[in-house]
Amino acid sequence: MTAPLLRTEALNCYFDGLRAVADLSFEVRPGEIKAVIGPNGAGKSTLFNMIAGVTRPTSGQIFFDGVRIDAMPTFRRARLGIARTFQNLQIFREMTVLENVMTGRHMHGRAGVIGALLHGPSLRAENRAMADAALELLARFELDGKADVVAGDLGFGQMKVLELARALASEPRLLLLDEPAAGLPQAEAEHIGKIISALNRDGMTVLLVEHNMRMVMSLSHDILVLNNGMRIAEGDADSVRRHPDVLAAYLGEAEHA
Amino acid sequence: MTTTILQLLVAGVGTGSIYALIALGFNVVFKSTGAMNFAQGEWVVMGGMISALLFAATSNIGLACALAVVIVIMAGIASERLVIWPLRRPNTLLITLVSIGLAICTRSLVMLVLGKKPVGYPGFSQVSTLVLGGVAVQTQTLWIIGLTLAFLLAMHLFFERSMLGKALRAAAADRDAAAIVGVRVETTVMLSFAIAAFAGALAGAIITPLTLSSYDQGAMFGFKGFSAAMLGGVGSLPGAVVGGLALGLLEAFGSFYISSDFKDAIAFTVLLLILFARPSGLLGRADVIKV
Repeated sequence: MTAPLLRTEALNCYFDGLRAVADLSFEVRPGEIKAVIGPNGAGKSTLFNMIAGVTRPTSGQIFFDGVRIDAMPTFRRARLGIARTFQNLQIFREMTVLENVMTGRHMHGRAGVIGALLHGPSLRAENRAMADAALELLARFELDGKADVVAGDLGFGQMKVLELARALASEPRLLLLDEPAAGLPQAEAEHIGKIISALNRDGMTVLLVEHNMRMVMSLSHDILVLNNGMRIAEGDADSVRRHPDVLAAYLGEAEHA
Repeated sequence: MTTTILQLLVAGVGTGSIYALIALGFNVVFKSTGAMNFAQGEWVVMGGMISALLFAATSNIGLACALAVVIVIMAGIASERLVIWPLRRPNTLLITLVSIGLAICTRSLVMLVLGKKPVGYPGFSQVSTLVLGGVAVQTQTLWIIGLTLAFLLAMHLFFERSMLGKALRAAAADRDAAAIVGVRVETTVMLSFAIAAFAGALAGAIITPLTLSSYDQGAMFGFKGFSAAMLGGVGSLPGAVVGGLALGLLEAFGSFYISSDFKDAIAFTVLLLILFARPSGLLGRADVIKV
């Protein structure tokens, strides 16, 4: 049993007395793809935001690779090796595709403020290295032809891929994907799915929130099902699919209403 | 006739450069915080007055101005750390209001420390006027235009080429997304204040030989720079240049052909017109959200 890469302990989050996440303890093991699913309002986004550092938990703890991170600012978590994509796509639209990915490598830069202002030779060499690494990454996603295109001019599917490339540019150990297939036609969703599974084969640990069940079921090693902020099931695709509480949560309160 | 026009043109570009620098300060802070920093004009005054003080002590204009600029940059950084950074939930209105308080405090401090008397120093060149093709040009105006150009070029390279510049633009575009790739957003806000103070102090240091400098000019400098920023398009760096030059030229020609009493009213009129007719400015564009 290897140590978990991410672990939460008795995590709670309240918004004005409303409980968004309740007493949640779970873990993500290195090398796995773990999915978090649940109906709207189940607490998936809140959970994601707490892990990424956007929302502070009301109580409870989060550990990343044994380090407690729940009170850490976002940029520190990023530097520890957590990267994410956003549900509603947050790329830097006015920057070029290449610049987006280079920004993703930001924390690997060395030249400080003075160097940047003086525009010295070390900076130029570093810039070159950064641009080369970024181009290599773009090539892997077949975006290298678009390197100098302003990101806002890409097609929606390409923007999604770019956001993923930017996240990977920081060389993270944990990738948080917030609905990577949302808004994509099935073919492009499958393309993203292939990228994710290829990354995972190379060793990337992934925590995934997704509504596209086909994607979730085919990609995930382990699935956590939330409803009303609480865990109602956890396990592999088959066991979750058959779980009575999951069926009830998804298929309806109709019977109870 | 043409001589007059050329003369006005040079004068307009000279003042316009100063306005462009101040407008750039407004725009850099606006980009990173979404707020207007009304302490911007005070940094111009500080740049001029501290240069004068240091010139009196060292009799070396270049050294005095360079040191003054460095001191004002420090003051800009200190201002951000003291009044912006501690805000727990900064929003644009709060930052704008706090900046007005900062402007008033800065002005009082400048008055107490540096005095109420207008101060000045000679131009950067020994010769004060040159005659170029029949047009008499103040050498200091050429210095103003040249140094402004150099500063703008350096800023352009910084924002486009350096990783830090990219990080600054990224944080301005999307705080959350920048933070998750490891950009320390609070530091980028501090850096934007440093750049804004740099631009303001430079403007003050190079204009003082022509106009003298006194503690109470900050509001007017700030107002002119603000008008220039609005004219060019808030948050746009090329907009600051276009807005600054346009305002400088309008003032030069307006005060000659209409009345020099009317000079300061021109900026005000321009500001009102632009707010009515084209609130996003000449180079600004309405935010288009593509989904």
